[in-house]
Amino acid sequence: MNWRGNALKFCNVAGLPLLEPFVRLAAGEDVKEQLKSISKFILLPVATIAVFLFLWNAAAKTVVTDSMKLPSPGETWAAGKELFAMHTAQRAADREQKKEKVTEAVMFLAKANKMTALAESADGERKEKLLANALVLKKKAVQAANYKPTSAPTFVDQIITSLKTVFIGFVIATMIAVPIGVLCGMSPWCNAALTPFIQVFKPVSPLAWLPLAFLVIVWAYSGAKPGETLFEKAFLISAVTVSLCSLWPTLVNTTLGVASVDKDYMNVARVLKLSWSQQLFKIILPASLPLMFAGLRISLGVGWMVLIAADMLAQNPGLGKFVWDEFQNGSSQTYARIAFSVIIIGVIGLLLDRIMIFLRNLVSFGNPQAA
Amino acid sequence: MWTFYLFQNLFVPPPGARKLRRLISKFSLYSKLPVFAIAALLTGCSSSEITLDDLEKAAAKIEVDESATASDGESEAVLEILDVEKPNLKFGFIKLTDCAPLVIAKEKGFFSDEGLNVEIEAQSNWKVLLDRVIDGQLDGAHMLAGQPIGATIGFGTQAHIITAYSLDYNGNGITVSNEIWSQMQENDPELKSPTPKHPISADSLKPIVDSYKQEGKDFNMGMVFPVSTHNYEIRYWLAAAGIHPGMYSEENIQGTIDADVLLSVTPPPQMPATLEAGTILGYCVGEPWNQQAVVKGIGVPVTTNYDIWKNNPEKVFGVTKQWNDTNPNTHIAVVKALIRAGKWLDETDADGNLVNRQEAAKLLSNKDYVGADEDVIDNSMTGTFVFQESDVRPMPDFNVFFKHNASYPHYSDCIWFLTQMRRWGQITEEKPASWYAEKAKDIYQPAIYRKAADMLISEGKASPNDFPAPDYDGYREVTTDFIDGNKYDAKDPIGYINSFDIGNKESETLAKQ
Repeated sequence: MNWRGNALKFCNVAGLPLLEPFVRLAAGEDVKEQLKSISKFILLPVATIAVFLFLWNAAAKTVVTDSMKLPSPGETWAAGKELFAMHTAQRAADREQKKEKVTEAVMFLAKANKMTALAESADGERKEKLLANALVLKKKAVQAANYKPTSAPTFVDQIITSLKTVFIGFVIATMIAVPIGVLCGMSPWCNAALTPFIQVFKPVSPLAWLPLAFLVIVWAYSGAKPGETLFEKAFLISAVTVSLCSLWPTLVNTTLGVASVDKDYMNVARVLKLSWSQQLFKIILPASLPLMFAGLRISLGVGWMVLIAADMLAQNPGLGKFVWDEFQNGSSQTYARIAFSVIIIGVIGLLLDRIMIFLRNLVSFGNPQAA
Repeated sequence: MWTFYLFQNLFVPPPGARKLRRLISKFSLYSKLPVFAIAALLTGCSSSEITLDDLEKAAAKIEVDESATASDGESEAVLEILDVEKPNLKFGFIKLTDCAPLVIAKEKGFFSDEGLNVEIEAQSNWKVLLDRVIDGQLDGAHMLAGQPIGATIGFGTQAHIITAYSLDYNGNGITVSNEIWSQMQENDPELKSPTPKHPISADSLKPIVDSYKQEGKDFNMGMVFPVSTHNYEIRYWLAAAGIHPGMYSEENIQGTIDADVLLSVTPPPQMPATLEAGTILGYCVGEPWNQQAVVKGIGVPVTTNYDIWKNNPEKVFGVTKQWNDTNPNTHIAVVKALIRAGKWLDETDADGNLVNRQEAAKLLSNKDYVGADEDVIDNSMTGTFVFQESDVRPMPDFNVFFKHNASYPHYSDCIWFLTQMRRWGQITEEKPASWYAEKAKDIYQPAIYRKAADMLISEGKASPNDFPAPDYDGYREVTTDFIDGNKYDAKDPIGYINSFDIGNKESETLAKQ
């Protein structure tokens, strides 16, 4: 029965307890018990979703103002399908364009060669002009050959940009929060010194951080030319705003995790005469990992939540900008598209959360938690 | 996937590849297959950058039909080809129909004809757009005519911004809520007709504003930006009827000193919703947001800026002076593409009907451009303006992109904005008449426009009649085409400022300086 144990363990660590009854069914455990679990964890949510859709549909018929209308589930779904269709169409068009540009490049080159040939038989100003034009044409040929599509980002591009932004912001936040958290956890003095900052900055909204982030990023980039930097300014502003909002849960939880390491472990460390770095890496950090990851999970959730607002304001071409632009469009499709993006944002948030649960359970030394 | 397949072909030529090459030599360059093959030959380059050598190699392997490529090499040889410094550009715009020249230049390939690779990106509001142009995130943008002027003289963010291309004339309207409209009709029975006489002045609005004042309530109206055409237009319209729209000062940058009507900034796309919510009672905004109010039945456009000032400048294409100094040829290339787009937008058939506007409306309705529904955009674009369901008027000049020299950066247009900035106190000190002319020369750059126009003429893409005469000094004719019949002579800015009842007054001696 070893596969059963492994499968159950996997369900636990991966944060997928709803698969558990199926595993137990396959292993031939009490059927009635399992059906109860299945109906509780799967059938019931399906039923509530159905009720929700029904209510939503009803609401869509009544919530209508002069200039706006709540989209029905069907309209939302259609809008979503259209968004993805647009994406594939755009990609195909870009590929087409790229091919055309390459042909154009060869045309330019042929023209340039022709001009060089003409220049040999010409003289004076005409010759100079011909040679100059040939040079420019060669430059144009290289430019055309290296054409990069400049179509507006599609919905899928915007999802990818958003994920990248949150990832970068989250990495920045972690790199700041974990060391400071460890420091605060190990030294009560340090903790006391930093507590006022943590308490004051923790509740600040992303909208308030953004102008400050904007200022700092623009200052940091003041010498650089646009297009030559690794990241777009708007992207960084968005990412920094995300990190400023999402580092606090990690910081607080890390502090707590480090501060509450079991005293017995610390005593053992003293008996073994472990050095300070050994204590840190062999005992303190491993013991505080579960709480640290609990903090990271909250941080990622917060980061994803504030990202939409940050994108809106920083003009970072992610999902926030999509929502804002659609709101500005005010077309008959607007609200359906926004409703669809709300669902997509929610689903991505759920997936990110599940990934964090999985990571946390990997480091929780045999005490996985389902949520 | 196909690239990958052919990529393999390059290194391990199967028998098929030779056959392919034989086929290629039979086709001219324009057929599909060689394109495919050239692209395939180039994918052999391992680096992401394709160099000239790679191209040479690829071109050498393909037999180019000489007559197709450089048949007119003789005549073309003497034409100047612009050496563009920066081919990859990003321009900003706000979701309004007057961004059309930018969209058309991109969609119709006028930019790529100049070897420019342009991305145009919607911005959330005018301030963000201006800031991003100043700090270099955007190379240039669709701007309010007042923005380069305001920025250069330091009202708001200070930065030297120039313009060499005026995007359009007219295109705005003033809309009031249904309730205010019915009260205006009470005050002026003539407005009750299904097709009231135009232009409608603010005279019938004055008693309503007065009664609001009496009751101590604020009369709020929306405009889009402190230095926007809309702000000066709605102020002009109100002041012409004796309603005080408020003054600016060093301390009061909301422009609400002595105001009968409180004007506040609302982003254009939110105008109808804000009107519906009752936060504002009327607004001045560009299209499609006046027509939107009619279509949704939440407001009534009372006048258009064509009636306030016939053929008034509205939006320009602005870049920073620094950008222009670094990329002079790129700027000329951009202006060339915009001139062609403007011409395309104003093309008419023999009967004088605009032929391309419906297509333009369709392109603009794309969600990445203006994004409103096509039937909302096409009203004004195709030359009709719906004031009410009963009152639909042909307005062929509601949006002018090119004719009447609308795309030329006239000094007199710049000076009109400066006079209005001084009139309402955005320019806090008195300035001599000569200052106005100097500033106009700092900001408006007809030389760049001329250069682009000359190139288009020599390429045969435009005719000399499309542009002002070579000896034109940049000052449009003196005009009285205003709603109050006042005379505007750009050569006498001081006299013009003093000709208004409401607003700052200058000392007469300045006119001579």
